[in-house]
Amino acid sequence: MSGQRLLQVKDLEVRFPIREGLIRERTVAEVRAVDGVSFEVAKGEILGLVGESGCGKSTVARAITRVVKPTHGSIEFDGHDLAKAEGEELHALRRRVQMIFQDPYASLNPRMTVGAIIQEPADIYKVGTTAERRARVSELLGLVGLDPRFADRYPHEFSGGQRQRIGVARALALNPDLVVADEPVSALDVSVQAQILNLLAELRQQLGLAYLFIAHDLSVVRHISDRTAVMYLGKIVEVAPSIELNAAPLHPYSIALLSAVPIPDPAIEKKRKRIILKGDVPSPTNPPSGCGFQTRCWLKEKLGNPERCSTESPVLRETSSGHQVACHFPEKA
Amino acid sequence: MIMRGALVDPVMASAPSGLWRDALRRLRRNRLAMIGVACMTLFFAAAILAPVIAPYASNDMSGPSLSGPSAAHLFGTDLLGRDVFSRVLYGAQISLFVGVFAVVLALIIGTTFGAIAGGYGGRVDGIIMRATDVLLSIPTILLAIGIVTWLGQGLPQLVLAIAVGYAPVFARLLRGSLLALREADYVIAARTIGGSNSRILMRHMLPNALTPLIVQATLVLATAIIDIAGLGFLGLGPADPRTPEWGTMLVDARRFMQTAPHIVFFIGGAIVISAIGFNLLGDGLRESLDPKLKR
Repeated sequence: MSGQRLLQVKDLEVRFPIREGLIRERTVAEVRAVDGVSFEVAKGEILGLVGESGCGKSTVARAITRVVKPTHGSIEFDGHDLAKAEGEELHALRRRVQMIFQDPYASLNPRMTVGAIIQEPADIYKVGTTAERRARVSELLGLVGLDPRFADRYPHEFSGGQRQRIGVARALALNPDLVVADEPVSALDVSVQAQILNLLAELRQQLGLAYLFIAHDLSVVRHISDRTAVMYLGKIVEVAPSIELNAAPLHPYSIALLSAVPIPDPAIEKKRKRIILKGDVPSPTNPPSGCGFQTRCWLKEKLGNPERCSTESPVLRETSSGHQVACHFPEKA
Repeated sequence: MIMRGALVDPVMASAPSGLWRDALRRLRRNRLAMIGVACMTLFFAAAILAPVIAPYASNDMSGPSLSGPSAAHLFGTDLLGRDVFSRVLYGAQISLFVGVFAVVLALIIGTTFGAIAGGYGGRVDGIIMRATDVLLSIPTILLAIGIVTWLGQGLPQLVLAIAVGYAPVFARLLRGSLLALREADYVIAARTIGGSNSRILMRHMLPNALTPLIVQATLVLATAIIDIAGLGFLGLGPADPRTPEWGTMLVDARRFMQTAPHIVFFIGGAIVISAIGFNLLGDGLRESLDPKLKR
């Protein structure tokens, strides 16, 4: 990790209560969407966050952008705790943390023109005069590769890729320090995915942005991010520089994930061994004891089901510089 | 593969078109909706131009009693020798006045409560929704009968009675749309860029929840016209029995259905045309404002 620390998430927990009862509501159970997540993002860094559907990665994004309030833990952002900020402090912090959404069709208000959508952040924070705000809209549209004349049009007149560019322009309107991108390319065609990924990479170079880049596709994340964190059932199981994670993953879950990414070479593809995980992700309402991954772990089976896996929850520990893993037996993999 | 060229679509070079303009274009292609518009134009023209086109005053009793349609009396005359054509025209005025005011009042009451319930949620939502459930469980006409009996007969009472009956429909409709919109990505986006609650509600949620309300208002106007006539028929119409209200006129004419059926026919026809007109237009609006709903 190089450079100054921008964001430090510590023991982040987001639990959603399940309530029952018509008049007097009682909490009958809890969904542990995010269950003790810690990571850091440096200034200008791209941290990739991968995991399958329902593992809590989007909830992490929503906690950092404070769409949901974390139930426990801290989100330190440049000296302020985003997890506890309220009122004026939160309003001032929101300006510096912006979000890009997954679905470019749902993330733009269909009743507003593109110009009004991109101008709204400046309107809210009362930045500059009306003429300056308008000029800024043109500048932003140019920055994301769209014709500034499109400002008067409505979102439904654009394609998915163009809409995603509009979403990016809105996120950049206030010159944020951190952009949380929640699966920004998963809803797009492959050719358009590459365009948007390149745009995001270019913008980082130009503006010195840091990204928390969330995806379920490892090949997308390793293309863009400096470091990658792998999430499973509300917990981070492995963090490493992207190159290292690809070459030498340590956690049995990361190894299985990587083995599923196809390699564009038929000779290697033929020889490659795939690890197919059995069963489904356990319910976050009732997670298994000990290690969260033990119900599907191929390594646990290979080692003859050691007792430690089902009694003790492994903590994230550093095995080499910058490489952290949460497994009792990472060296056996 | 040339990627750069794909960014500027040649079709986009044409004039920008708003959502409303698109909806209007779709509406004009819908034949049934256009029939609805024709019926409504007839209704509005009758109501607004009544003093100009009506050949007689609404209570002019100079004609012969119970005469059939003729050149002097297009729709014939009633027992007291009043011109039915003129009375139907003035009746449209009353139906339009009471109907529009009732629907506007219902919209104001309904959207206020619906916006509070759907925008804030929680306990307030629960209380408002249970209250609307109670109101909705009572048939509108029964509720209106109750209110008119309680407040006395008269046009303002009629407006209020019908408005109270339909306000819960709007409240529930708006609340439902708002609840769905609360989780919409662009609403969350507005929250992450720091938009205040009232800004999010006014700029992002309400404009997008409005189209079902417009459609419903048109459809409710049709039922309101029938309800007004129904109340008049039950003897709960305007206080003055000489008022040319369609329901009141219908109940008077009913007694002569054997001898002078044309009176019932023309009055009934006026009610049917106005109600069908608003219904067809409402259905057409629904389809043109929300193309996703198309069969």
